[in-house]
Amino acid sequence: MAIGVKILTRPEREVSYVRATLKGMALTFKHMFEKKVTMQYPEEKSTGPEHGMGQWRISNRWRGTHRMLTDEQGRSKCVACGLCPQVCPANCIKLVPGEDEQGHRYPLIYEIDEFRCVFCGYCQEVCPEEAIHVGVHFENSEYSRDRFVYDLERLSSQTHAVSTLWDPTDPQGE
Amino acid sequence: MTPEMKGFLLLSTIKMLVVFTVILVGVALLTLMERKVSAWMQNRRGPNRVGWAGLLQPAADGLKNILKEETFPALANRWLFLLAPALSFIPALLLSAVIPFAAPLPVEFDVTLGPLGRFVHQGATPMVVADLPIGFLFVLAISSLGVYGIALAGWSSNSKYALLGGLRASAQMISYEVAMGLSLIPVLLMAGNVSFTSIIAQQQAGLWYVLPLFLSFFIFLISGFAETNRLPFDMPEAESELIAGYHTEYSAMKFSFFFIAEYANVVTVCAMVTTIFFGGWDIPFTSWDQSGGVLQTLLTGLFFAGKVLFWIFFVMWIRWTLPRFRYDQLMALGWKVLMPLALAYIMVTAVAIYLIEQVAGVTDPRRSALALFGLNVVIAVLVFGLLDSGAFIRGSNRRQQRATAGG
Repeated sequence: MAIGVKILTRPEREVSYVRATLKGMALTFKHMFEKKVTMQYPEEKSTGPEHGMGQWRISNRWRGTHRMLTDEQGRSKCVACGLCPQVCPANCIKLVPGEDEQGHRYPLIYEIDEFRCVFCGYCQEVCPEEAIHVGVHFENSEYSRDRFVYDLERLSSQTHAVSTLWDPTDPQGE
Repeated sequence: MTPEMKGFLLLSTIKMLVVFTVILVGVALLTLMERKVSAWMQNRRGPNRVGWAGLLQPAADGLKNILKEETFPALANRWLFLLAPALSFIPALLLSAVIPFAAPLPVEFDVTLGPLGRFVHQGATPMVVADLPIGFLFVLAISSLGVYGIALAGWSSNSKYALLGGLRASAQMISYEVAMGLSLIPVLLMAGNVSFTSIIAQQQAGLWYVLPLFLSFFIFLISGFAETNRLPFDMPEAESELIAGYHTEYSAMKFSFFFIAEYANVVTVCAMVTTIFFGGWDIPFTSWDQSGGVLQTLLTGLFFAGKVLFWIFFVMWIRWTLPRFRYDQLMALGWKVLMPLALAYIMVTAVAIYLIEQVAGVTDPRRSALALFGLNVVIAVLVFGLLDSGAFIRGSNRRQQRATAGG
């Protein structure tokens, strides 16, 4: 051959079309009657308590939409230490700290731009108060771009599960 | 015009409307069927959102394709670019006119329709739009016209991928046209006629031709795959190497037309297989279906549809099972295997028919068909044995061994 075709040396019995074709056809025919694996997405979901078909769900380590945890009084746990905007590689966290009469620091403004976020999870990892978390959640479509900047109130009102960070002492997550 | 001629005209118009409506709606539903079958074979569900079980999906696709923008490549030959989809679409639809789809229907009427005058018809009407005496010759002639559409589409797009697709299509279709035509000659020897109506009648008297002419059927089926550009022979559109082949530059409804043409061709080839090798509208093991009547026409029509549907399913089944051939393998299969095989088979069948009918003097069509069937079992075992041991299609390592041995 003029062009360089890679030639494999196979025994001729194995390059027969007849038996291979029949075998393949039997296989595809069998597959027609097997259980379908499609998840009917908007009706069945892979997140949340009643996840898809009881077969599979996305991992607990999935890093999605952020969530700010709150204490018993409903105030955010954040102490506005400034570590998360410091560590954020995408620079998507905007934090303006404030202080009340007792000297407790709290965030005046806390915004996360979900468009800029790369979902590395460093903010959760670095947070000393375990306040900001990335979550097991991915459905965050909106009709306008500015809706993607989540403010403190919106971050606190998220209810999805927070992700479990990877633990080097327990690599399988058991 | 005499009232009889007008009656014939009226009946033909009705048949035309019915056949083309069924074909066009059927082709639309075939796109859905293909997606469903492919999904099922891959453990998926397939389209199921539009309408009940996705039945309205073809309508949604059609609407989308009509509303999409028509694009013209800047350097394309505008008129040929426009003409090509029509050129591949028209022959595909034309073919459905000559296939008999049911037992003849006894129709009798004598009506006067206002200013149009009197319409008279009596006697059995063949359930085929045009009962051509040249039968499958017409099909062979028209089906090879479809390649003009594809070759023109490839050339006029002014794109290297489209051009390569068009070139491949013309080479492939011409090659397999030869094997296809040759594979039908034994049918000619058996039936002594090319008209579909008489081929069906012969099969009803004897056996379905798939039994006495098995190898013909096999070659015809493979060439049919190649003629309709279906996998494993879809070289003209081979998306892994040519993007989309000849319809790379097409969009919207023009692109759709190529698809409709492809599916219409599939329907035609399946209808040909059914008619020539599986008795057409014949219901097996009974001659009740030939007695004439409305019920008989309806039931034979259903039987025909069922057989065609099975072969369409078979085509899809093959498509979602086999990978695409390499181009040189495709050509080698056409010229080096199928054509000599078909030629040899013509010789064998001719000699066998001569021996059975002239020397042994068997006149009963069923008994002579049975004798040929016996011969075909032997031939089939021989051919498939040889195919399986790699005697016809060699592994490419043979070539290498020969090259190294020859120095």
